[in-house]
Amino acid sequence: MTFNGYGVWAIYRFEMARALRTIWQSIVTPVITTALYFVVFGGAIGSRMQEVGGVPYGAFIVPGLIMLSLFTQSIFNASFGIYFPKFTGTIYEILSAPVSSLEIVLAYVGAAATKSAVLGLIILGTAAFFVPLQILHPIWMMTFLILISVTFSLFGFIIGVWADGFEQLQMIPMLIVTPLTFLGGAFYSIDMLPEGWRTVTLFNPVVYLISGFRWAFYGQGDVAIGISVAATLAFFAVCLAIVMWMFKTGYRLKN
Amino acid sequence: MPVIEIEGLTKTYKSGLQALKRVDLSIAKGEIFALLGPNGAGKTTLISIVCGIVTPTTGTVTADGHDIQSDFRAARTKIGLVPQELTTDAFETVLATVTFSRGLFGKAPNPAFIEGVLKDLSLWDKRDAKIMTLSGGMKRRVMIAKALSHEPDILFLNEPTAGVDVELRRDMWAMVRKLRERGVTIILTTHYIEEAEEMADRVGVILKGELILVEEKTALMKKLGKKTLTLNLVEPLDAVPADLSDWDLTLKNEGGELEYSFDANAEDTGVPALIRRLEALNIGFKDLNTRQSSLEDIFVSLVHRNGAAA
Ligand SMILES: Nc1ncnc2c1ncn2[C@@H]1O[C@H](COP(=O)(O)OP(=O)(O)OP(=O)(O)O)[C@@H](O)[C@H]1O
Ligand SMILES: [Mg+2]
Repeated sequence: MTFNGYGVWAIYRFEMARALRTIWQSIVTPVITTALYFVVFGGAIGSRMQEVGGVPYGAFIVPGLIMLSLFTQSIFNASFGIYFPKFTGTIYEILSAPVSSLEIVLAYVGAAATKSAVLGLIILGTAAFFVPLQILHPIWMMTFLILISVTFSLFGFIIGVWADGFEQLQMIPMLIVTPLTFLGGAFYSIDMLPEGWRTVTLFNPVVYLISGFRWAFYGQGDVAIGISVAATLAFFAVCLAIVMWMFKTGYRLKN
Repeated sequence: MPVIEIEGLTKTYKSGLQALKRVDLSIAKGEIFALLGPNGAGKTTLISIVCGIVTPTTGTVTADGHDIQSDFRAARTKIGLVPQELTTDAFETVLATVTFSRGLFGKAPNPAFIEGVLKDLSLWDKRDAKIMTLSGGMKRRVMIAKALSHEPDILFLNEPTAGVDVELRRDMWAMVRKLRERGVTIILTTHYIEEAEEMADRVGVILKGELILVEEKTALMKKLGKKTLTLNLVEPLDAVPADLSDWDLTLKNEGGELEYSFDANAEDTGVPALIRRLEALNIGFKDLNTRQSSLEDIFVSLVHRNGAAA
């Protein structure tokens, strides 16, 4: 046996089944939250805003909103997925099974990414009810959607391995990812910012992700698409390297 | 060829605590090996290393000839583990969690086999129940079913009968014997010494991280076996008479019983001479019985002796 396909499938299915059991929490809650964003930002505020680069404000914020959900849900799903067995002790079985680190990551991150990618599409569908949507580069849109789901699931996996309390699972998404997303142009174009702030904002990695995703929709972004792709891949590579290191050293998984 | 070969195994936890100090052990295919030792001796640590849950500090372990680190896939495929703690996925059903375990260990689905395992453990009726709705004893059985789901050749049972009622314990013993008949090697830890006495082919005693003794159970009991002769006296005695000081005697039961403990394997046990002497002293007895010391007595005396020395 060089690849434990049954093992990966078992974990993947287990994780997906967990989401289906808590379908309300997994799917319905984010959909309602997103709908609220449209009512508040798109409707109430958006009606007073001009178009951004020729795109109506309500439509303009759709990619940012989807990104926000992809970030938080990927992190939440993956971190919880690996943290929970650590917390209950059922991780013993994973550790004693003939699955390699890579297979464990593949299964947990694959399941978390699947869930958030599906969620992203559901939000996209929800958004279509509220605003006129346009997707100029659907293949790029899907590529970004999947790549970002996978990357943030990896990131979440790292958090889940590192965390030794439920508060820590919440901490990074709440304190870092959500603020960076809000400041990263989810709801505005960074061109709208004063010169100084624009430079500062370019240090926010999330800007590149949102910009690329928005480009796939409307053909325009805050930075060139190549830079967005490179930034996304770089973040992916960093997360992957950290995960591999964690397994190699047994970091917080084994004594 | 031994099915488990442990060489120079040590484990020092990050806290600095040395849980294992150079353990060497080889376990033959098809045997039932009982690992005994007081709380904190290092039993779970040893098992966890072999199963891949804890990384060893130094030393090597092979399972069925496969190194547990460099060839972990082959090694772990052979091993089933029932851990000491009852850790289960509360929201899963019995059938789902056991099916999950089989897949996790890389085996193709086999519903008929899983059904057999669940039936053997009287869990079939509970297959659709969520684990959290089961009693402690049933959860323990679920853990055993999970460990057996991938048809392991080597089974580790870490205190399988802790907190389990008498009937279930007997069922488990029967199950262990059945597995052994199929050629499965079983390593178990227990604090119920009678369990080891009943089940094991060999016994290992671990104390403060050191394997201080590994012996065939029967040889061990013979070698260390003491016998006790109890005489129920007609008239109670106040003290052991000075004339009997050649024998290792104690008075029990308010002087109503005289106990003589002796080495059952000795050429001269001293029993006939004692009886002749009692007759000469006119000390009468109504009844007598002898008792072979159990593995428990042996274990307790070993732990005490080594505990005092350490
Ligand atoms: N994760 C850990 N970190 C630090 N020390 C540990 C850890 N796990 C166990 N120990 C220590 O290692 C020693 C051996 O523990 P172990 O669990 O192997 O004992 P045991 O023989 O299984 O005991 P018991 O009969 O109570 O189950 C103990 O002193 C314990 O406190
Ligand atoms: Mg233990």
